[in-house]
Amino acid sequence: MPVISYREAIRHALAEELERDANVVVLGEEVAQFNGAYKVTEGLLAKFGPNRIVDTPISEAGFIGMGVGASMLGIRPVMELMFWSFYSVAFDQILNNAANVRYMSGGLINCPIVIRGPANGGTNVGATHSHTPENVLANHPGVKVVVPSTPSDAKGLLKSAIRDNDPVFFLENTILYGDKGEVPEGEHVIPLGVADVKRAGTDLTIVTYGRSVLHSLAAADLLQKEHDVSAEVVDLRTIRPLDIDTVLASVAKTHRVLIVEEQKPFASVGSQLAYMIQREAFDELDAPIHRLTTVDAPAIYSPPIEAEQLPNPQRVLKAALELMA
Amino acid sequence: MSKKPSATAEKKDAESAASVSPAANVGINQKLTKDDRIDLFRMMMRIRRFEERSLRAYQAKKIGGFLHLYIGQEAVAVGSCSLMGKNDHVFTAYRDHGHAIAVGMGVNELMAELYGKATGCSKGKGGSMHYFAPDRNFWGGHGIVGGQIPLGTGLAYALKYKNIKGAAMAFMGDGAVNQGAVHEAYNLASLWQLPVVFVIENNGYSMGTSQERSSAGELAKRAEGYNMAWGTCDGHDLYDVRAVMDKFLRAAREESKPSVVEVRTYRYRGHSVADPDNTYRAKAEIEEYRRTKDPIQVFQHQLVAEGVLDEALIEKIDQAARAEAEAAAEFAEASPYPTVDDIQKDVYWEADNPSERKSKGRLFFD
Repeated sequence: MPVISYREAIRHALAEELERDANVVVLGEEVAQFNGAYKVTEGLLAKFGPNRIVDTPISEAGFIGMGVGASMLGIRPVMELMFWSFYSVAFDQILNNAANVRYMSGGLINCPIVIRGPANGGTNVGATHSHTPENVLANHPGVKVVVPSTPSDAKGLLKSAIRDNDPVFFLENTILYGDKGEVPEGEHVIPLGVADVKRAGTDLTIVTYGRSVLHSLAAADLLQKEHDVSAEVVDLRTIRPLDIDTVLASVAKTHRVLIVEEQKPFASVGSQLAYMIQREAFDELDAPIHRLTTVDAPAIYSPPIEAEQLPNPQRVLKAALELMA
Repeated sequence: MSKKPSATAEKKDAESAASVSPAANVGINQKLTKDDRIDLFRMMMRIRRFEERSLRAYQAKKIGGFLHLYIGQEAVAVGSCSLMGKNDHVFTAYRDHGHAIAVGMGVNELMAELYGKATGCSKGKGGSMHYFAPDRNFWGGHGIVGGQIPLGTGLAYALKYKNIKGAAMAFMGDGAVNQGAVHEAYNLASLWQLPVVFVIENNGYSMGTSQERSSAGELAKRAEGYNMAWGTCDGHDLYDVRAVMDKFLRAAREESKPSVVEVRTYRYRGHSVADPDNTYRAKAEIEEYRRTKDPIQVFQHQLVAEGVLDEALIEKIDQAARAEAEAAAEFAEASPYPTVDDIQKDVYWEADNPSERKSKGRLFFD
C-alpha cells in the first residue's frame, strides 16, 4: 500500500471526486494559482482547470454563502477555509443557512456542501487562528462534523463527505499535513459515523479524535512500557454522527474512561461524551470519567508554553495515571 | 390596529392615484395581453387580501412569532416575478409572502404555514419568514437581514457553471445594504460576472430607522464601486418595475451581467405586526402614500384608463381574492399540527432516507 502524507491523502480524495462527479468544484482562498495555502490543492488547477478549482477573494461570508446557494441547485462545492478559525466571519452562512435550510423548507431543499480546512492550535499563531469549533458546529442539528487523525482516514472520510447529501464540516490539522501513512489507492471510502479502535487495551479507554489520537497513542505506549497499564485508544473520527456504540463497547471492557481532546473544557465534545457514557454505561464505570483538554484560556502564543496548553503525550500520561490511581 | 379597506374607500383612492404610467409603452408592457394585465392586477389583489386575512388571524392569536406584511409593496414582487422564465430564480428576505404568491405558491399552504400546520409549505417548520418552493424556483424566505444575498449569488454561480441561461433575483430591504455579506456578494457577482440582479426594495425604513438615519448615499449607486450596472424604479408602478427589471434581467440572462436595482416602495404596516409604528413616522405620511401611491390603486387606475378593467370586474376580482384568503384561513384552521414525532424529520437527508443512508452512528442526541 502506498505511503503518502495526510495532505496528499486529502488531495487524492479531492482529485478522485472531481474526476468522478462534474458537479464537484473546489473553491477557496489561494486554492488554485497559489496551489493552496497549505499546498493541499497543489496541482489541481493544472489538472482540472479554472472552472473546477476556483480562487476566491478573502471574503468568507460571501463565498461560503455562495457555495451554500450553489449547492441548492445540485452543485457539490468543496469550500476551503484557510483556517476553520475564519468560520466566525461566515457563521451566519454556515450555521443559519447551510445547517437550517433543509429543515425550514420542510425537507424540500438540500445542501450538499463540504467545508474543509485546518482547525487546530499548536502552531504559535495566537488565539485568533487556533480555534477548534467542532463542538460549536456539532451543536447544530442538520450538520455533520468530521475530524480525521490519519492520512488513510482523511482520504476515506473526505470521499464520503463529498458524496453526502447533508452539509459536512471537515476539520483538518496543519500539524498533521506532513504526517505519512499507508493509504489505499482509488476507491477508499470510510463511512461517516464509524469510530476506529486505534490501539486495543484492557485497563482504560482513551476516547479521542484528531491530533489528540497521536498524543494518546504515544501516551499509551509509555503507559504500557513504564507503568504496565494497557490503554485502548478509540478514535471517534466523526463527531456527528457519533459512533457511541464503539465507545461503550470499549468502556464495558476497560471500565475506566479518559477523554482527550484539543477543546476548551466548557461544553466541549468531551462534555457530551461524558454525559452519554455515564448515562448509558454507569454500571460499567469503576472510576469517574476523566478528561484532558486544552488549558482553559485563549491560545497562548509563547511556543514552548503553547505545547503545554494543548494535550501532549506527557499530559495524557499524567491524566491516565490519575485515573488509574 | 387593522383597518380593513373597503371597496368604496379604495375607489376614492383610485381617483386621486397617479396618472397613467409612462412605462406602459415600454415593449415588455406593450406586449401584455388584456388577460395578462388582469392577471397582474389579480395577483396583487390576492397578495393584499391574503395578508389582510393573515393579519386578522394574527390578531386572533392563530399565528405565532413575527408577521412582516408586504402591504404596499405588492407591485415589486408581482412585477419582477411576472418576468421569470423557467430558469430564473428568486431569493428574498423575511417579508416574503408577496414573492411566494407571485411565483405561484398556493395560498392554502402559505396560510397553513403561518398557522404552524403540517399542511404548510414547510410543514409548519419555517413560519412566515421561511417560505420555500424550489419547484417554482423560489428559494426562500430568509430570516437574517442580508444573509440570503450570498445564497442568491450562489444560485447564479450554479446557473453559470451549468451553462444554463437564466438569472437569479436576490431581493433585500433597504436595511440590508449595510450588511457585509451583501457587499461580499456584490464583489463576487461582479468579479465573476454572475447572472444575478440584486433588488433593493427600499420602503424607506430599516425596521424603525429611516434611510437617512441608516444609510449613506444613494443605495443602488454603491454598485458603481463594484463596477456593476444599476438602476432605480418606481415600485408603486407595476409597469415601471417590469420595464426596469426586464432590462437588467435580460443583461443577466443574455450577457451574464450582474446589477443592482433599487425599487422605491413603501410599507403601510409596521416592520412586523409587533411594531406599534408610532415612533418613527407620521400617520399622515402613511395616509399620503395610501391615497396617492398605492400600487394596486395605481395599476387599477391605469387599467381602467386602458379599458381593461371596469367596476364590475374589479369587484369580482376583489371578492374572489377575499374569498380565496378566507378559504385559506379555513383550510389552515382545519389542518392538523405537525406531531412531536415530526420535530426530528427534515433535519438530515440521510435520516429521512434511511434505505440510502451510508453513514453510521447517532445523528440525534437527547
